[in-house]
This record gives sequence, structure tokens and C-alpha cells, in this order.
Amino acid sequence: MSEAMADRKLDRSHMQVSDEVAIQISNMNKWYGTFHVLRDIDLTVNRGERIVIAGPSGSGKSTLIRCINRLEEHQQGQIIVDGTELTSDLKNIDKVRSEVGMVFQHFNLFPHLTILENLTLAPIWVRKTPKKEAEEVAMHYLNKVKIPEQAHKYPGMLSGGQQQRVAIARSLCMKPRIMLFDEPTSALDPEMIKEVLDTMIELAEEGMTMLCVTHEMGFAQAVANRVIFMDQGQIVEQNNPHDFFNNPQSERTKLFLSQILGH
Amino acid sequence: MSDTHSNTAAYVRDTMIPQKAPPTGQVGAVRWLTENLFSGPVNTILTLLGVAAVYFLFVHLGPWFQNSIWNANSLAECREILDGASGACWGVIKDRWHQLLFGFYPQYTDPAIISALTGVDLATAKGWGDASVEAEKGFGVVFRYWRPSLTFILMVAALVPVLFDAIPRKALWFSAAFPFLAFWLLWGGSIWFPVFAMMGFAVGYIAFIALQRISSLAATVGAVLAPVIWWFFLAEPIGDAVASAIPISLVPIQSHDFGGFMISIIIGVTGIALSLPIGILLALGRQSDMPLVKWICVGFIEFIRGVPLITLLFTASLLLNYFLPPGTNFDIVLRVIIMVTLFAAAYMAEVIRGGFAALPRGQYEAADALGLDYWKSQRLILLPQVLKISIPGIVNTFIGLFKDTTLVVFIGILDPIGLSSAIRADSNWNGIFMELYAFIALCFFIFCFGMSRYSQYLEGKLKTDHH
Ligand SMILES: Nc1ncnc2c1ncn2[C@@H]1O[C@H](COP(=O)(O)OP(=O)(O)OP(=O)(O)O)[C@@H](O)[C@H]1O
Ligand SMILES: [Mg+2]
Repeated sequence: MSEAMADRKLDRSHMQVSDEVAIQISNMNKWYGTFHVLRDIDLTVNRGERIVIAGPSGSGKSTLIRCINRLEEHQQGQIIVDGTELTSDLKNIDKVRSEVGMVFQHFNLFPHLTILENLTLAPIWVRKTPKKEAEEVAMHYLNKVKIPEQAHKYPGMLSGGQQQRVAIARSLCMKPRIMLFDEPTSALDPEMIKEVLDTMIELAEEGMTMLCVTHEMGFAQAVANRVIFMDQGQIVEQNNPHDFFNNPQSERTKLFLSQILGH
Repeated sequence: MSDTHSNTAAYVRDTMIPQKAPPTGQVGAVRWLTENLFSGPVNTILTLLGVAAVYFLFVHLGPWFQNSIWNANSLAECREILDGASGACWGVIKDRWHQLLFGFYPQYTDPAIISALTGVDLATAKGWGDASVEAEKGFGVVFRYWRPSLTFILMVAALVPVLFDAIPRKALWFSAAFPFLAFWLLWGGSIWFPVFAMMGFAVGYIAFIALQRISSLAATVGAVLAPVIWWFFLAEPIGDAVASAIPISLVPIQSHDFGGFMISIIIGVTGIALSLPIGILLALGRQSDMPLVKWICVGFIEFIRGVPLITLLFTASLLLNYFLPPGTNFDIVLRVIIMVTLFAAAYMAEVIRGGFAALPRGQYEAADALGLDYWKSQRLILLPQVLKISIPGIVNTFIGLFKDTTLVVFIGILDPIGLSSAIRADSNWNGIFMELYAFIALCFFIFCFGMSRYSQYLEGKLKTDHH
């Protein structure tokens, strides 16, 4: 377990999983050209779940979560997000995207806009929120990720950890019901990983539905209610973190865990 | 935690070294010279060759500049004054600069008004060297060519808010209205023609707003159709009616009277202003998912880039006449502007495509993930960054376009180069070359260097990665 988690006692009072389905993926297949990247994916995510997706490089983790907000298109099967099915219908896609927040490995902040403008852009142009109100909301979330003093700087002037927290705040400003994280800490120096994980933990404590692709197994053990292990485009094993780490079933999972945990 | 501070450390520094001055020979002029000019045998030889070239230029051009003659009415007079020595005869510029600027644009020549405005009484003036004549030949030109002069001043005023964002944004309304105003001032005729042309855009906007409630497709179609209907069917009868009720007009002036830097600036500035948006649309079209749009854009860009500008200009001046219905009076300057704009737009599209290629994939994804639609993510996220990356290439295209306007001389438009021949055709100035070309080159240089400096200023201003 990573050190970052050791000093933190989670407040679990709001971390409840409801029966309501947030994401329903059934029998989904995806190809890149002729390469079958996702194979027969079945996954149901209930509201309030915190799911960590793990697996070796190239196993299709990113592709899977990018299908959930249609950054990638699936060719077979069904993906229903918050009751909206993802098809080529642009209206549905926009609806899903404005309700699903996404945090990327490389932050992808808009370098030509200030932090505040990064945060208010989508609320103003997509949600049609008045500018003043959008700025108030933005400052609220900047306070939450503990960098309100950076509001008028440009992304290039911030450290990696700060940029990633801004990226999280930017997604939150759209008041999403689901958050997707694609290796949010992989591009960060070790001392910055903690500040980003702390932000994610706070989010989990508030009951946010989260899907995280991450190699932070400490985070998985402390926060996740379910760990999904993927290999070669398939879901190989899923379990609660305790059993996943202490009692893995498949050989692939065992091999992966022995490599990543170093025993 | 390591134990650096415990007693077991093998070495601990207890005093810090203060900053010292660098050794002599490593600072100042000597260092700069040895590092930059004489750092090795090749560099030394190049330095000496460079010095020799500068010396050679100076020896030959120095006297020519030093013996400059400003007050002369003909080349013969210059030669007389110079008496065999080498020297520049700038008298031609002084005598004809108004022509180099405005071509054969009709002058406003009421002597009473001119002398009232300039304070010069031409009846008592004696000739070159007389202060009043100098003044009349000098800023009097501004009044005699008041229409193009005023247009130029207004153009500067219209450009300032576009170029510098410290100017209140409301000033952009003037910039938007300027093209119509400039058209009226330069070509003359009834003021209602440009006014009603301008109203077409307002009509389009109103149609867009009104139809937006129905659907965005209807709004787009309406925004295109309404102005077309306005321009082709409504503007003329209504315009004529208003014109006969309230006649405000200027003496109409034909395009073939236009010339000099005025024509270069008209073609250049219009081309620059239009080629950027068209280039952006072409670049977007080239990346489009819709095959038809994509093929049209690729075909257009590759065709235009594959032919020399001069062939397009000849097409504009000669060939179009065969295709247009007989009797149509399609202004030659307008045709040239269209060709020059299309030519520059094709290059612009490729410059901008390069900017798109340089933009990280993550920017598209972040914009998509936030739910921005295609046009919003282009306008708010992608294009601002793409244009910023592409500034050097864009300005390069602008400068190229502006200099290429000199090619219009081949289809009989009297740009500055064309006028230099026209001036030589006068027996007074027959045989004068260098001075005219030097003046024309200097003017072009000022414009192009100005654009280059502005682009550097803009790049610096838009830098956001560190402060
Ligand atoms: N645009 C693409 N075109 C073709 N193949 C792709 C594309 N994107 C990803 N792939 C391939 O699909 C497979 C899955 O990629 P994906 O990025 O989902 O893996 P991942 O599990 O996220 O890996 P990592 O841990 O390295 O991020 C990889 O083999 C990758 O090479
Ligand atoms: Mg990945």
C-alpha cells in the first residue's frame, strides 16, 4: 500500500452505493481497424460506486473508459449512461458528455486561458450559466482543490499536481454525476501524487460515482468498492479490493499483482 | 529520512562560497568579439569578407546618397547640378510622389479652396525651394487627394482596434463598417449603395436570430438566404427610392484611374482581411469528416497552389470576359482582389493546417469531454491556439500577398512599379530608374517590416507559459 494513503482515515458516511444504475455496458465490442481492442465487455456501475480499473499496458483500460463518454466509438453492444444510450446521435453524445466529467493523464488544460477561464468556459458555453455565477462556482471548486490563489494564472505557470487539481475542478464545475479518471497521477512526480489523490478521496467521500484507471493500488484499497482487472481487451476479474488483493483468482491477476506490488 | 545531520556524516559544509566576479577576458567587448566574430578560422574569414562587403557598398553608395539632389524638375536639371558626379536625383520623388501614391486618381483642384486649406498662395509662389510651393507639393497633396487620404486615415483608425486589444471593443463596430465607407469614399457614387449592401448583413443576422427558435439548420439557411434575397431583389429598388429622396453622393471614379500604393493597399489589405477567414474555413474543410467537403477543399487548395498567381491574374483580366455575359461590368480591381484572395487563402489553409497538426490531441479530447460542440470547440479552444502557433506562417503569407500585388502591373493596373514606367514616359524624367525603385522598395519595406514587428509583438503578448 502506498504511503500516501497511510495517514488518511476515510469518512464513509456519504460513500453509499445505491441500487440505481449509472452506467450499463452490455456485450460491447470495439475494434481499431482490424485490432479487436475491447471484447464482450459487460459492466454495470451503480450510483455511488468507486471503481478502479487495473491491468497491464495496452489491455484497453483507457479505451474502455473513453467509450463511456464517446471519445471512442464502440462498434457492437450497448452503452447506456444515466439512461441515455450512446449512439451516433450527437444530441445524446453532448448530453452524456456534459454529465460525465473526465480527467486525463496529461491534464489537457487549455493553455491560452487562465485557470478561472478554464473552469468557467464549459459552464458558460454549454450550460449557459451567467458569467458571474460560473465564476462563483469556479472559485468554490478552486477552494476545494486548495488553489484559489492561482485563479488568474495560466496553466503553464502551475506545477503538475496543481494543474491536475485544476483539471479535476474544471470537470466538477459542470456538476457531473459521474467522473472518469484516466491515470490521473501517472504523469506526476511522487510528491505531487498525494495532493491529487487527496482531492480524489474527498470526491469519493462526497459520494461521487467514479471510474479510475490507476496504478495506485493504495488508492484502490482505501477508496474503491470494486477493482476490475483487464487484460487483452477483456475483463478478467472483478472483486472488492480486499479479496482482489489478498485472494486473486486468475493466474493473470496474480502475475500482474506480483509485478505491480513487487513481491 | 536520511541522517545527513547526524555525526556519522563524512563531510558537512559549514561556510557557503560567496559569488565572485568572472575572470577578465570573459566579459565585455573582447569576449563578445572572440566568441562571435573570431571564434575559428572559418568564422574569421567570414567576418573579414563581411567587413569587406560593407566597405564596398559604402564606398559606392555613399557618394550617391551624399550628392542627393532634391530640388530639380527634370533629370537633365539634376545632371546639370551634379556636373558629372554620381548622385541620387530625388527630385523625381518630390515631383511625382503623389502619383506614386495615388496613380491617376482625379485630383480635387479648386485653387481657392486648396490655398485656403494649405495657406499657400500659388499665384505668388516662385518655384522649387519656395516654402509655399514645398508646402503645397507636400501636405497639399493630402487635400487634393482628400478622398483616398481620408480613407487611409480611417483605415488606420479601423485597424487599431483590430490590432490592439487595449482599445475598447466597441470600436470594432467602426472597423466592421469601414470597408463600406472606404468603398464609397474611393469609388464614389451614391452613399446608399454601400449602406444597403451593409444592411444585408443585418438582415442575415435578424433572420438567424428569428429562425434559431425553429432549428439551427433553418437559422443557418436563413442567415445565408435572407441577405442574398435582400441584395439581389430588394436593395436596389429600395436603395434607388431612398437615393432619389435623400441624394448623398460623391463623384464616381473608375477603377482604371486607381493606381500607385493606393491600389497595392486596397488589394493587399482586402486580400489579407479575407484570406485569413477563407483560409481557416478551407483548413477546417480539409479535415472534415464529410468526404464531399473534404475533396472540394483539397482540390481547391491543390489547384490554386499548383498554378502561378500571374496565370490567375490573366484569367481575371482576360478569360473571365468570355465566361461572363456580355455587357457585364465586373470591376477589374474586384476581380484581382478575388484572385489574390483565393491565392493567399490556399496558402493560408496549409499554414493553418500545420497549426492544427501541432496541437496536442488532448486539446480536442478535453473540449469534447466538456460537451462543447464542433463550432464552439473550434472557436473557443482550438482556433485560438492554432492561430497563435501559426502567427509566423500567417504573417509570412500576408507579406507575400502584399508584395505579390506588384504583379498586377502585367494586366495593366498601374501599381507603383507600373507608375514608375509611366513617370519615365514623361520626357522630364526619361531614364530615371534607381531613385524610383529605391523609393518603392522603401515603402514596401516599411509595410512589410511593420507587419513582421507586429507579429513579434503579438507572439510575445500571447505567450502564456511563463512570466
Ligand atoms: N487510436 C488507436 N488506433 C489503433 N490502436 C490503438 C489506438 N489507441 C490505442 N490502441 C491500441 O489499443 C490497445 C489498448 O490501448 P489503451 O490505450 O486502451 O491501453 P491501456 O490499457 O490504457 O494502456 P496504458 O496502461 O499503456 O495506458 C493498445 O494495444 C493500443 O496500442
Ligand atoms: Mg491508458
